[in-house]
Amino acid sequence: MQTITVHITDFEGTRHTLAGLEGWRLMEVIRDYGLPIKAECGGACACATCHVYVSPEWFARLIPAHSEETMMLDDAMAVEKNSRLSCQIILSVEMEELEVTLAPNP
Amino acid sequence: MNDTLTTHAAGGHHTTDVAIIGAGPVGLFAVFELGLLNIKTHVIDILNRPGGQCAELYPEKPIYDIPALPVVTGQGLTDALLEQIKPFKAEFHFSQMVESLEKIEGDLVPYASLTPAASGSAEPTRSTTPLWRITTDCGTTLTAKVIVIAAGGGSFTPKKPPIAGIDAFEGTSVFYAVRKMEQFRGRRLVIVGGGDSALDWTLNLAEVASHVTLIHRRDEFRAAPASVEHMRQLAAAGKIDLKFGQVSGLEGADGQLTAIELMDGEKNKSRIACDMLLPFFGLTMKLGPVANFGLNLDQNLIPVNTENFETSTPTIFAIGDINTYPGKLKLILSGFHEAALMSQQAFRICFPDQKLRFQYTTSSTDLQKKLGVK
Repeated sequence: MQTITVHITDFEGTRHTLAGLEGWRLMEVIRDYGLPIKAECGGACACATCHVYVSPEWFARLIPAHSEETMMLDDAMAVEKNSRLSCQIILSVEMEELEVTLAPNP
Repeated sequence: MNDTLTTHAAGGHHTTDVAIIGAGPVGLFAVFELGLLNIKTHVIDILNRPGGQCAELYPEKPIYDIPALPVVTGQGLTDALLEQIKPFKAEFHFSQMVESLEKIEGDLVPYASLTPAASGSAEPTRSTTPLWRITTDCGTTLTAKVIVIAAGGGSFTPKKPPIAGIDAFEGTSVFYAVRKMEQFRGRRLVIVGGGDSALDWTLNLAEVASHVTLIHRRDEFRAAPASVEHMRQLAAAGKIDLKFGQVSGLEGADGQLTAIELMDGEKNKSRIACDMLLPFFGLTMKLGPVANFGLNLDQNLIPVNTENFETSTPTIFAIGDINTYPGKLKLILSGFHEAALMSQQAFRICFPDQKLRFQYTTSSTDLQKKLGVK
C-alpha cells in the first residue's frame, strides 16, 4: 500500500504532516495520529464529527461529496464552502500533499 | 424488542444489587454476566432505547469483528444481546442521565484487601458493605451495592454551536430541547437546523410563538417530506420566516437574548430580533456528570485495574470504551471480556458470605436453569 503525505492543521494552527495510506479514509489517518477529531460514528457518515475544511485548491480536485455527506454536513457547525466529512475522503495516490484544516468540535 | 423490556418511568426509588450506567452492548452484556451470578441489575441510559452508539450512530452499519458473528449490524447486535439477557429481567430507565452518585453508607475497602470468602468460611470479608445512591436528571433514585459505568464515549448530548458567548444564554434564551411548549408562548423564536427536530418544532411552536424564524444552511431539508412541505406552506403564507445561512453571533444581556446575527453563504450579515434560540444539530457524546463522581480520570477516560476493572473507588467499576488501562483497545469484544471479569468481583461484593464457583453454561444445570434451558 502506498504512503500518501497529508497535511492537517489543528485548532491551534499547528500544521501536522502525516503519512496516510492509500485506500484509508482521511478520518482514520487523523485519528490514528491522535489528533483531536471525534469521528464518533467511525466512518458511517452518521455523525458529522469528523468535519474538516479542505484547502480551496484541493477541494476542487476531490471527488465531490455525495448527497448523504451533504445531508450529514447539516449537523456540522461552522460549515463553509470547502467543508467535507473526512470519513468520506478515501485517500488515493492523486492526493499526495492534501491540505486540510480541522473544523471545531461541537 | 423493546416491548419485552421491563422499563420504569422517571421518578421513584429503586433498590438493586448493581446499577449499570449505559445500555450499550457492553452494559447489556454485563447484565448477562452478572445475571449468571444471580446478581440483580438496573440499567440507566440517556437515550430512549437500548444499544448506545450501536443504536444511535450506526444501527445499519455492519460490524465485522464480533467473535463468531462474521457480520452483524449495530441494531442486529443490540437485538441479539437483548434476546440473550432476557432471562435475567434487568430493569431499564431510559431517557435519563445519571446526575450524581453518592455513598450513603459503609466503608470503602480497596479491592486488594478484599479477599474472597474461603470455602466453608461464613465470615464476611467486609464489616460494612458500601451502598451507593444514584440520582438522575429526572429525579429517579437508585440504591445499589455496586456501580458499573459502561457509558462508552459519554452521554449523548445536543451539539452546541460554536458561537461566542452562547453559554451565558443557555437555559434562559438558548434551548437544545423543548420540554414544555408553554415556555415559548408569545415569544419570538429562531429555530436552526434542517432535520426532523428543527422542522417538527417549527411546525408545533408556530402555533404558540409570536413569531418563528427557521434558519438552515441551505435550501434542502432532510426532514420528513410532509413536514418540509408544511413548513414551506407556512413560509409562503408569511406565517413563519425561512432564512438560509448560519447563526454567527448573539446579542443580549443577563441571559436574555435580544437578537441573533445571521451570516449567509456569501458572508453577508443581517440581524434577526428574537427572544429565544433553538439550535437542532443532533447529538454528540460528552463525558458529562461522570466527571464529577470523584473518580480518577485520565484524558476523560476512567483508569481501572485489569484484574476486575474496578476504578480508583472500590465497588465502582468501569467497562467498555469509557475505561483505560495499559494496552486498552476500544473494541466491543474488549468490553465483553471486561464485563465478565468485573462480574466476578461484583459477586464478592454483593454476596460476601457466599463462595464464588466458576461454572460453564455448557455443563452447569444451575446456569442452564437460570437461562431457561429446557
